[in-house]
Formats: sequence, C-alpha cells, structure tokens
Amino acid sequence: MDSAAILPGLSIIDQLPLLAVVLPMLAAPLCVLFGNRHIAWLLAFLASLFSFLFSFHMLLQVMDGDVLSYHLGGWAPPMGIEYRIDAANAFVLMLISGISTVILPYARRSIAYEITKVSHTLFYCCYLLCLTGLLGVVATGDAFNVFVFLEISALSTYVLVAMGAERDRRALTAAYDYLIMGTIGATFFVIGIGFLYSVTGTLNMVDMAERISTLEDNRTVQAGFAFIVVGMGLKAAIYPLHLWLPGSYTYAPSVVTAFLAATATKAAIYVLIRFMFSVFQPEFIFELHTFKWILMPLAILAMFAASLIAVFQTDLKRLLAYSSVAQVGYMILGISLASKTGLSAAIIHLFNHGITKAVLFMVVGAFLMRVGGSFTKYLNGLGKQMPITCAAFVVGGLSLIGVPGTAGFISKWVLIDAALQKDLWWLAVLIVLSSLLAVIYVWKVVEVLYMKQPDETRVLKEVPYSMLVPMWVLAIACIYFGFDTDLTLRSATVAAESLLSGGIK
Amino acid sequence: MRHHLLLRVITKLLVGPILIFALYVQFHGEYSPGGGFQAGAIFAVAFILFGIVFGLDKVQEVFPPWLVHKLSAVGVLLYAGTGVYSLMLNSTYLNYSSFSPSNPISGQHWGIILVELGVGITVASVMVAIYYAFAARPPVINDEEW
Amino acid sequence: MTLDFILGHLNYWLFIILMMIGFYIVVARGNYIKKIVGLNIFQAAVFMFYISLSKVEGGTAPIFPIDMNIDPQVVYSNPLPHVLILTAIVVGIATTSLGLALIVRIREEYGTIEEDEILEIESKLQSDENSTEGASMGGRA
Repeated sequence: MDSAAILPGLSIIDQLPLLAVVLPMLAAPLCVLFGNRHIAWLLAFLASLFSFLFSFHMLLQVMDGDVLSYHLGGWAPPMGIEYRIDAANAFVLMLISGISTVILPYARRSIAYEITKVSHTLFYCCYLLCLTGLLGVVATGDAFNVFVFLEISALSTYVLVAMGAERDRRALTAAYDYLIMGTIGATFFVIGIGFLYSVTGTLNMVDMAERISTLEDNRTVQAGFAFIVVGMGLKAAIYPLHLWLPGSYTYAPSVVTAFLAATATKAAIYVLIRFMFSVFQPEFIFELHTFKWILMPLAILAMFAASLIAVFQTDLKRLLAYSSVAQVGYMILGISLASKTGLSAAIIHLFNHGITKAVLFMVVGAFLMRVGGSFTKYLNGLGKQMPITCAAFVVGGLSLIGVPGTAGFISKWVLIDAALQKDLWWLAVLIVLSSLLAVIYVWKVVEVLYMKQPDETRVLKEVPYSMLVPMWVLAIACIYFGFDTDLTLRSATVAAESLLSGGIK
Repeated sequence: MRHHLLLRVITKLLVGPILIFALYVQFHGEYSPGGGFQAGAIFAVAFILFGIVFGLDKVQEVFPPWLVHKLSAVGVLLYAGTGVYSLMLNSTYLNYSSFSPSNPISGQHWGIILVELGVGITVASVMVAIYYAFAARPPVINDEEW
Repeated sequence: MTLDFILGHLNYWLFIILMMIGFYIVVARGNYIKKIVGLNIFQAAVFMFYISLSKVEGGTAPIFPIDMNIDPQVVYSNPLPHVLILTAIVVGIATTSLGLALIVRIREEYGTIEEDEILEIESKLQSDENSTEGASMGGRA
C-alpha cells in the first residue's frame, strides 16, 4: 500500500455517507453509559438531526445523477464493504432521518405517558439502534451488510413494540409474532443472498448485478430472486405477508408506531426495489412474470382487502395499521408496473405516505394521552375539545385519501399516470376506487371527531407544544409537498432513472 | 446447590483457567483462530458457571448488573471509537493502517486488537446480562417440585 | 437423477431437509418455545448451507502460518462464508434470547405459552372490547 491509499486525506464531506449511519450508532451506547433519560433524549435528537442534515446534503450532491462511494476500512470494493449513495438511497435516507428528527421532540412527552421512567434511557437506546439499522440498510452497497443492518433494526423494533406491554399485554404476543415472522423473512433473505453468492462469488451489489446480467436462465439466480422477494415481502408487509403488522402497530407505544409506520416498511420496500431493479435485471422473463402475475394482483388485493378491513375497525390505531397495509399495496403496484414512471410513483409514495402516516399516528398518540384510548368511542366530539390536534388529523386524512393539494394526491397522480402510460386504464379506475375506500374510513373518524356530541363531563386540554409542533411540522409538510413537488418529484425521477439504468452503476 | 461439594470444588478450580483461556483466545485472535466473539463467550461462561453453582447473589457481588450494562456499552464504544479515531486521522472509517502511517502493518495490528477487545467486552457482558435477565426472574416451579 | 447427482449434492439435500424441518416446526407447533427451537433449526440449516458452499475440495483451514510464508501448493477453503455466518450466528443468538425473554414475559402475563390458549384469552379480550367499544372485525384478520 502506498501512503496515498493509507491516508487519502478525506474531508468531512467525503465522510458523510458513513457519518449519517454511524452517529446514531455512537449515540446508542452513550445513552446507556450516561444512564440519564434527559441526556439520552438529547443525544438521540442530536444524532438524528445531524443524520438528517448529512442525508439532505448528500441528496443535493447526488441530485444530478452522481454517486457517492465510501470504502469502509479503506478496502476498495468489490472486496471491501462499500456505502454507495445515489439519488434513490439519499432520498430514503432523508425520509428516515427526517421523520426520526421530527418524532423525537414528540417522543419525550408521549413516552412519559406510556412508558415507565426507568425504561426511558433504554427506549432511546433501542430507538437509536433501530434508526442505525434502517439507515444502514439503505446506505450500504453490500448485500450481506443489508441483512446485518436489517436485523439490527428488527431486533430493536421487537423490543420497542414489546414496550407497549405496560398499556396492553397483547403487545408481547404482537412482538413475538413479529419476531417469528421477521426472522423468517430475514432468513429467507439470507438464503437468497447465499444463492446469489454461490453463483456470482461476490457480495457487492454492483459487482453482483454485472455478473447476474448474463445469467438469466440460471436456476440458482431465479431461486435467489424468489427467496429475496418473499423475505423482503415479509418485512415490507406485502398483503398476504402482513399478519405481523396490525398487531405490532396497534399495541406498540404511539411514538414507535409513528416511527415504524413511516420508516420500517419503507426501508424494506427500498431494498426490494434495489434488488429488483439494480441487482437483477428487470427485463428478465422470470422477473417480468413476477411483476405481472404475483406482485400486481397482490398489490390490488392489498389496496382493496386491507382498506375494506380498515373500514370496519373501531380502534383508530388498528384502522390506520390496516390502511398502512393498503398503502404498501400502492407502492408495490408502482413497482410492478416496471416502468420509470411507475418506479418513481412507488418512490414518491414511499415518501408521501411516510410523512402522512407519521402525522396520523402522532395524532393518535396525542388522543391516547388525553383520553386514554384509541377506540372511536373515546374520540366522540374531540374536534371541539382538541381542535388543533384534530385539524392535524384532518390534514393527514386528506393526504391519505389523496385529495388535490396534499402530498398524497401527487403520488396517486403519478401512479395513475404510470398506469395510463401502459394503457392499463382499468388499473387507473381501480386506484381511484380504492381511494374511495380510504374516504370511507377517514370520514368515519372525522365524523366521530366533529359530528358526535362530546362527553361534557371530561375536561380536555390540548397536548403540550412539544407534541403539537412536530405534528404540525409534518402536517404542513403534507400540504407543502402537495404544491411544491420540485424536491420530491425530481428526486424520485432521478432515483428511478438511476435504478433503471443498470442500477447502482 | 449447597450440598454439591464436588460441583463447588470443581467450579472453583475451573473458573480461573476458563478466564485465562478466554484471554488467550482474545489476544491471539488477530492472526490465529479466535477473537473477540469467541473470547467473550468463553469469558461469560466463567461467570455463568459460577452463578449456576453458587447462586445469583454471589456472582452479582463479583460482577454487579449495573457494571454489566455499562460494559456492554463500553465495548461498542471502543469498537465505534476506533473507527472514529481513524476518521480523525483523515482516513476512512476503521482504516487501521492510518494509526501508524509509517508502518501500516503495525497499525493494522493495533486496530484489530482494539476492535476485538471491544467485541470481547460487549459479548462477555451481553452474555452475562442475558443470564442475569433470565435467572433474576422468580421461578414458576420451586426447587422441591422438580 | 443419477446416483451421482444425488450424492454430489448431498449438502444441498441436507440443507433442504433441515430447513423444512425447522420451518415446519415454526408453522405447525403451538408451543412458543418449540417455535423458537424450530426457528433455530431453520437458521442452522442456512448456516450449514453457507459453510458447505465455502468448502474447497482438498482445501485446508484458511489460517496463515505464523511466519507468513505461504506455500502456493496449499489449497485453502473460502473463509468469507465463515465470517458471514459468524455474524449470522450472533444475530441468531440475539433473536433467540430476545424471543425467550418475550416468552418469559408472556408466561408472566398470560400464565401459558401455548398459542391456542393465548389466542383464546386474546379473542376473549377482543370480544370484551367489542361489546364495550363497539363491533370490529377483530383479531388477527
């Protein structure tokens, strides 16, 4: 090794891909070491904030199609582990760290209500580890590294979900179910990676993509593809594989639900996209068949079945959980169209749904804190008693439906556009029809909030500002990204282009 | 297990060699089979064996739970801190060669020893923490009913 | 399907059988601990698959002699899958201990670790909720 290779003289800008992931990882043990919940919160917030700033800076860097490559330990790929940031992952990194930064100020008061004080430090530690895992999954360019980070985030997620047991013991069984299914999903993913490794002899995604591109008829590659799609499908809660989701989202502490709903399934969907479009060639016959005969029907099924189940729920949290399953269907639908517009629809919906669901679950957390339950019965007439919180719910609900002027509209618009480009007009009709189901369940809640007679005997005040402000930051973001689509649409298009043009190259 | 004299004597004899063997595995891990994970697991075995034979209270006197928790964080910090130190030397994360640019091989040695030490500390304390977490739960079946 | 084919792929057959045994236990057994056991067998099968991939015929353990004089005649097995699987084993241990910890807590809260009994308790909880909070589609739909 010559001295230039040893001391490349990197500036702080070159270190960003790594720092965005490592800062939360450093903060997590520090939380335990200090053992004070206030310091832990501060560390978590700072780590998350800097991660966000770094991710945003990286997004601006890669917006014109550049790629940032970071070699861990100075070992150059394909031998060493590489963090590879292009428009697609920078965008998802920004979503995850951004949501986390907004949620943390909210978390302070919310978990004070839902979790005993002793566990707060460990809560922030697990939260940071979960954040590290999710950011790592997205940042890394090494297939096995994806698995490791996936499990870091999953294991801490199980703990976070189980922390809901103080309010309802069913959080424990929900966490257990999640653990079993999540581990099966991750193990399927490892089997898939193993198959690909046995064929290509490499773990670097770019390298793998190059070697796979000539191996269309290889049975091992096809089996690997199947394992990866099923494994990640479990993690992303694609419709029939969603069984862990409603339970975990319903019984987890509200902060955890808001964070997971906005980020965890999104990271899994990102991995799915990354493997389908960059590692494998989307032109492969077996992949086209998967899109057409498996993913698209399942996506349509999710849009309708999960929305329909959501309509009949009386627990607001469970209702929104099923709505999440339905919304994952839209993203999968975008993927299954296998076109540039379809892919950017999936990516943009990933972002818009992330902020929308975060608002809605944060509102539920606020309700929970004031009225002690999320069943619609408790929510009668809250619109008069907690007007600011309820208004945030309405904004989130409109964005969930996809009303013009909100972020949700943009993603549905692009999705319908993608369907029409493929002359699938019936698909466009189905998208609109399934949105009507969303109208029903959102309206159901709005009706309870505003039309029902409030319980006059209870005196309610708004939740503290530390919860209201983050809620409204995201609610305003829902509206803002409905009008100014420059950032979202442009990054989604660049991301889709870079994914489709031979991927991570 | 107060009446199991044989077990107690043999445990007392074994704990020391187990700890030394763990340290041997730890510090030979950089260029021969071994390393932090294996060493940490062996290290923890000494405490778990001691705890099983002499009772949870006795082992927690030697290795109190608060220390276990802090050490598991210290190990991760040592690992991550090694990486951060290489960042401060204007190099990539965990690029051990940067520790001594004039002699990269010795830098590699230092780096891997520090990282393995971090791994060892964390694994040992996490293993013990898992044992404590399970052993500290009140038993559902008491000793006579076995 | 010649005998050669069957014997030549012995490691894959074993991997598939072991994986299926583990997977079957996870799916079919109602006892929570047995599910974790099944999960472990399932993961162990994958570990074996990786390790068997790395074996090079006639290859020895990839450890350099202490004087670092490597004999070019010596064939080494591929060390990379071992390293990957070491990581996966650590993940497996973490998953197992977390699963067991959850089972301990479930046992404390529910008094049982049989899935059907827990489902019964939960569906009763659900129907209680439904009668007080209004009907819902309920449960694990």
